[in-house]
Amino acid sequence: MSQQTKKGHFPWKHIIGFLISIALTLVAFATALWTDWSSTTIFIIILIFAVIQAALQLVMFMHMTEGEDGGLISGNTLFGFFIAIVIIVGTYWLMTSGHMHMGMSM
Amino acid sequence: MDLKWNEFIITGDPLILGAQISILLGGIAVVAALTYFKKWSWLWKEWLTSVDHKKLGIMYILSALLMLFRGGIDGLMIRTQLAKPGMEFLDPQHYNEVFSTHGVIMILFMAMPFLIGLINYIVPLQIGARDVAFPYLNNLSFWTFFVGMALFNISFIIGGSPDAGWTGYTPLATNEFSPGPGQNYYLLAIQIAGIGTLMTGINFFVTILKMRTKGMTLMKMSMFTWTSLITMLIIIFAFPVLTVALAMQTFDRLFGSVLFTLQGDGNPMLWVNLFWVWGHPEVYIVILPAFGIFSEIISTFARKQLFAYKAMVVSIVTISVLSFLVWVHHFFTMGNSAEANSFFSITTMAISIPTGVKIFNWLFTMYRGRITFTTPMLWSLAFIPNFVIGGVTGVMLAMAAADYQYHNTYFLVSHFHYVLISGTVFACFAGLIYWYPKMFGHKLNEKIGKWAFWIFVIGFNVCFFPQYFLGLDGMPRRISTYLPEDGWTGLNMISTIGAFMMGLAFLIFVYNIYYSWRYSPREKTGDAWGLGRNLEWATTSSIPPHYNFAVLPEVTGLDPYWDMKEKGLDQQKNTDYKPIHMPSNSSTPAIMSALMGMAAFGLVFQWYWVGIVGAVGIFITMIVRSFDYNDGYYVSVEEIKETEAKANK
Repeated sequence: MSQQTKKGHFPWKHIIGFLISIALTLVAFATALWTDWSSTTIFIIILIFAVIQAALQLVMFMHMTEGEDGGLISGNTLFGFFIAIVIIVGTYWLMTSGHMHMGMSM
Repeated sequence: MDLKWNEFIITGDPLILGAQISILLGGIAVVAALTYFKKWSWLWKEWLTSVDHKKLGIMYILSALLMLFRGGIDGLMIRTQLAKPGMEFLDPQHYNEVFSTHGVIMILFMAMPFLIGLINYIVPLQIGARDVAFPYLNNLSFWTFFVGMALFNISFIIGGSPDAGWTGYTPLATNEFSPGPGQNYYLLAIQIAGIGTLMTGINFFVTILKMRTKGMTLMKMSMFTWTSLITMLIIIFAFPVLTVALAMQTFDRLFGSVLFTLQGDGNPMLWVNLFWVWGHPEVYIVILPAFGIFSEIISTFARKQLFAYKAMVVSIVTISVLSFLVWVHHFFTMGNSAEANSFFSITTMAISIPTGVKIFNWLFTMYRGRITFTTPMLWSLAFIPNFVIGGVTGVMLAMAAADYQYHNTYFLVSHFHYVLISGTVFACFAGLIYWYPKMFGHKLNEKIGKWAFWIFVIGFNVCFFPQYFLGLDGMPRRISTYLPEDGWTGLNMISTIGAFMMGLAFLIFVYNIYYSWRYSPREKTGDAWGLGRNLEWATTSSIPPHYNFAVLPEVTGLDPYWDMKEKGLDQQKNTDYKPIHMPSNSSTPAIMSALMGMAAFGLVFQWYWVGIVGAVGIFITMIVRSFDYNDGYYVSVEEIKETEAKANK
């Protein structure tokens, strides 16, 4: 429960989050439906919007940054993302560069 | 897998026959003794089903000492075989098995449980808690580790040991080049133990974050608790990678997938990559708690607060990030691009900086301190120069171009033994001796302890220092013999003598446990060394009662117990007792883990019906656990009063 709702304020945070979420969904939808970009480009754009929206949901609706452990949870989540990206990008880099890739059917 | 019975039980090797007979006789002796003294029910109720972090810690440490013995015997067998050129003590196959199991056992079944055992015992006390956040899970962690360990150890008498190195590199470890159950044992045993470690990671991460006593902010935690916290963070992020990689190789070997194979679209190098994505953080998992132990001991026996506590915290947090960015230095020569090698070469050199910071912190902690040279302090002092030798050679190995010369030689073997033995093993000995009165109510004999210390440290240097020169002379690792013309005979002989000195020191250490149990005076207070700085020493009796603290202590500063003593506060004077809520023991973890062992044993031999029965059993125990509504019991105020009164006598 956030501080604002406790005090009886209008839940601006939720409204703004809700509107941004709708906007992001519509833009993604429009990109897929009404542009003639290549499917790779569309895929990347949708992916970026999806990541932004996921972060939005965590912060605006799921109160990730609030409460006494807010900083800790956010920090650990970011650290988790960082490690995941390092492992995936690092592995991809290693497996496709150098003379390693010559023996592969990639 | 069609196995004849004489392939199922390994026969024909006199060394293994000797081991089989001694295991059989040892087993019969233990069973007979337990039955004769009517101790079965005591063992089951007081220990095996216990959720008390202190008892679990002791069981971890006992298992680790047993594995130190087993892994040490492996090491001595390797050194005996290499003492002279052309030795026929072990045949090449047996030699491969011995060095593979030596590595796995020493890292995963000795170093890890030893440190986790110390963490189990000490960390809840240091943060002023009564137990861990998830006591049931703690018992399950222990049992999964134990079953993994047992499964790995029976491989050498039933079916044959893994022989593809402790790294289990593909393609060597695929069915094509390593047929038979050996490598399956490796995959499944480490898988089960790894799940246990992951649970420990989550358990202690939550415990340290959520269960600290009043007033203990993060920046007032002891250094051992800090290093444990960061270790658990690394476990949480590194172990899933191992779990997945092991599962992938298991699929390759059991179900014919082609992830790491040479046929199909498999890529053996991906295993190497994934193994070290876990493997390098693992190095820090076994060294960070060791740093914590040395910090505690050095600060205690120099009678000073740890120098630059904040810098120490910052450097271990930095290590937790950097430890995930250096894994490629384990395979510089596998054919990566120059850019990749350069990048990981630089990150590797960078990670030596926070470690260097710590070395200075320890030195400045001792500077102008009044040092008492007890055995744990001696181990800590010996750690510094020896670890620096290991670290400097590590920076040499970090240079990718130079590594083409050093890799796969004894230079590397010597480097990692220098860091792992003088870091982790010295810390295990130091920590065990330092906290021994906390665990068993009496100290280990100092005189015998110092003998063991000197023989071990000298033996260690005699054993491994010559190996740097053997490596520079071009002696490759993992060879079972060499020729007199190679010119490696003299140094190898010296190295073997050093190894046997370490073996002797271990025997003296074990004798010391027996001797001290018989003759050491019993401690009368909680602060056995008289110099304790952290809350583990603030308990009423030398061995804390099962609820640890009758009244939870309140913390006002760094080194809280020292602080209390300075201010003349007495933790025991506070007799405002309230009933204490404690968790109940449970027998499901032991049964669940045994079923995991059964399932895994079935998979090792590809007897799928055994595997299925075991897996169904695991789910049944999980369901049974879900309907377990026992949420602990209360220790009454009368019982607390009685226990506390007894403790103060």
